Amino acid sequence: MARAVSRRHKVVVTLAAWSVALIIFFPVLWMILTSFKTETSAVASPPQLFTADWTLENYAEVWARSDYPRFFGNSVVISVGSTLLGLAIAIPAAWAMAFVPGKRTKDLLMWMLSTKMMPAVAVMIPVYLIFLRTGLIDTRIGLVIALMLMNLPIIIWMLYTYFKEIPAEILEAARMDGAGLWGEIVHVLTPMALPGIASTMLLNIILAWNEAFWTIVLTTTNAAPLSAFIASFSAPQGLFYAKLSAASAMAILPILILGWFSQKQLVRGLTFGAVK
Amino acid sequence: MATHSSRLAARLMVAPSVVVLFIWMIVPLAMTIYYSFRLYRLISPERAGWTGFRNYAWFLNSPEFWQAISNTLLLVGGVLVITVILGTLIALLIDQPVWGQGPLRILVISPFFVMPPVAASIWENLFMHPQNGMFASFALGLGMKPILFMEQYPMASVIFIVAWEWLPFATLILLTALQSLSSEQLEAAEMDGATALDRFRYIILPHLTRAITVVILIQTIFLLGIFGEIFTTTQGGPGSASTTLPYMIFKQAIAAKDIGRAAAGGIIAVILANIVAYFLMRGIGRHLDA
Repeated sequence: MARAVSRRHKVVVTLAAWSVALIIFFPVLWMILTSFKTETSAVASPPQLFTADWTLENYAEVWARSDYPRFFGNSVVISVGSTLLGLAIAIPAAWAMAFVPGKRTKDLLMWMLSTKMMPAVAVMIPVYLIFLRTGLIDTRIGLVIALMLMNLPIIIWMLYTYFKEIPAEILEAARMDGAGLWGEIVHVLTPMALPGIASTMLLNIILAWNEAFWTIVLTTTNAAPLSAFIASFSAPQGLFYAKLSAASAMAILPILILGWFSQKQLVRGLTFGAVK
Repeated sequence: MATHSSRLAARLMVAPSVVVLFIWMIVPLAMTIYYSFRLYRLISPERAGWTGFRNYAWFLNSPEFWQAISNTLLLVGGVLVITVILGTLIALLIDQPVWGQGPLRILVISPFFVMPPVAASIWENLFMHPQNGMFASFALGLGMKPILFMEQYPMASVIFIVAWEWLPFATLILLTALQSLSSEQLEAAEMDGATALDRFRYIILPHLTRAITVVILIQTIFLLGIFGEIFTTTQGGPGSASTTLPYMIFKQAIAAKDIGRAAAGGIIAVILANIVAYFLMRGIGRHLDA
C-alpha cells in the first residue's frame, strides 16, 4: 500500500506511529530502567525516568541469591529440548501431508489443531497423576515431553505450510533421477525446507520458554524454569521492585531478542500461511 | 503422482504424530471422565466411591460456576474486541510510510514475547500497585485517590493485561494483510470521490476479513486457557470476582483438593471448548489453506 505522500504527512504519521509504539513498549522499557535503580528510587514518587544512582547490584543479587542459574538452565533445556523432540516427530508428518496429501489430510490437520482447544487445566489432574506415578514430575524430561505434546499441533501446522510451498516438480525430478525416499529428504527437501524448519524451531522455543501453566503445575523445585520462578516471585512485597525487575529482565531478554530476529516468520508461521 | 508405496510411507511418517497426540488427548480425558464420577478428596482419601452425577451437580449449582463462565467469556470477548479494533487502527497507522519502520515494528511486537507471569507482574507491581505503582503516583499528583485495580476492577485489569500481550500479534497479522492490498484500487476509489471512511468500509475492511478471522481463531485457542496472568495477579479474587472456568477448576483441585469436582469441571470445560471450537472451525476453517 505504498502511496505517494507529502513530506509533512510523513512527519505527522511518523510522530503518531512512534508515539503509539513507545506507549506499547513502555512497560517493558520501564521494567528495564527500574532494574538498574536502587530499591528506594524504584518506588520514588513522582516516578523518575532517570536516576543518578544507577546500579548493577540487583542483577548480581538475583543471580547469586535466587538460584537463578538453575531456573535459567531449566528454561533452556526444556524449551530447546521440547522443540527438537517435536521437530523430530513433526517433520516426517508434515512432509508426508504436504507431498502425499490424502483425502483426509485437511481433516487430520483440523483435528490436530482442535487438540489445542482442550483447556489444559481440564486434564491437569490426570496428567499430574501420570507424571507422579511414572516419576516424571519435577523432572526436565517430563516437562520436555509435556511441552512437546502441547506445541506439536502448532509445529506440524507451521512446517506443513512451509513445506507446501516447495514445488512438487522438484521432488519429481529427483525421483526421476532415481533418488530414493531417503535421498529425496537429504538432498532435496532438507536444503529447501531449512528456512521453514529454522523459523518453526525459533518460534516454538519462544512458545515453550513462555509457557506458564504446565511449568507451574508439573514442577516444584528441581525442574522449575523461569516462568515458574517469576510466578512465585511476584507476591506484592513492598521494597523489592528493582530486584523483581532485574529478575524479570533476565527472564525475558533472551527470548525478546530471539523474537525480534524472527518477527517476520512469526506472522507467517502462526497464521498457518493463511495471511500473506 | 503418489504411488502405492509412497502412500504407505506417508502413513508411516504421519503415524507417530497422530499416535502421540491421540494418547495425549484420550488418556487424560478418559481418566478425567472416570474421576468426575468418583468421590475423591485428597484430604479424606479413604472415603472413595462412585458418586453419580453429584460432582457435576455441585459444579453446575455453584454460583461461582456461572460467574466463572461469564468471566471466561468476558475475558475472551473483551480481549478479542480490544485487540482487533486497536490492532486494525495501529496497523493502518504504521502501514503508511514512516521513518524507522524496522525499529518501530520491534517495539510494537515486543509485548508478545514477554512471558505471562512477567507481563502480569510488571503491570501489577510497577503500574497498578495502589501504593508504589506509577498510576498511583499520577493519581496522587492530580490530587485523586489511587485506584485499587486488583480489588475494585479485577476482571478489567486482567483483560487489560492480556490485551496488551496480544495486541502486537493482532497488529502484525493485520499489517501483513494490509500490505497485500493493491494501492491502485485505493487510488481509483479516491479519484472516484470515495472518502477515507468509504475506502475503509468498502475496500480495506473486506480485504481484512480473512486476517481478522485468523486473529480470532488463534487468539481464542490461547485465550480459552489463560491461566498465568490470573495466577500471578488476582488469584481469581477478590472472592471469585476474577475466577475464570480454568481458574475455578484449578482452585478445586489445588486449594479444595477435591479431585472429583475438579474433574467434573474439567469435562464441562472440554464440552464448552468443543462447542466454541465447532463454531470457530465451521466459520473460520475454510479460510485456512489446507
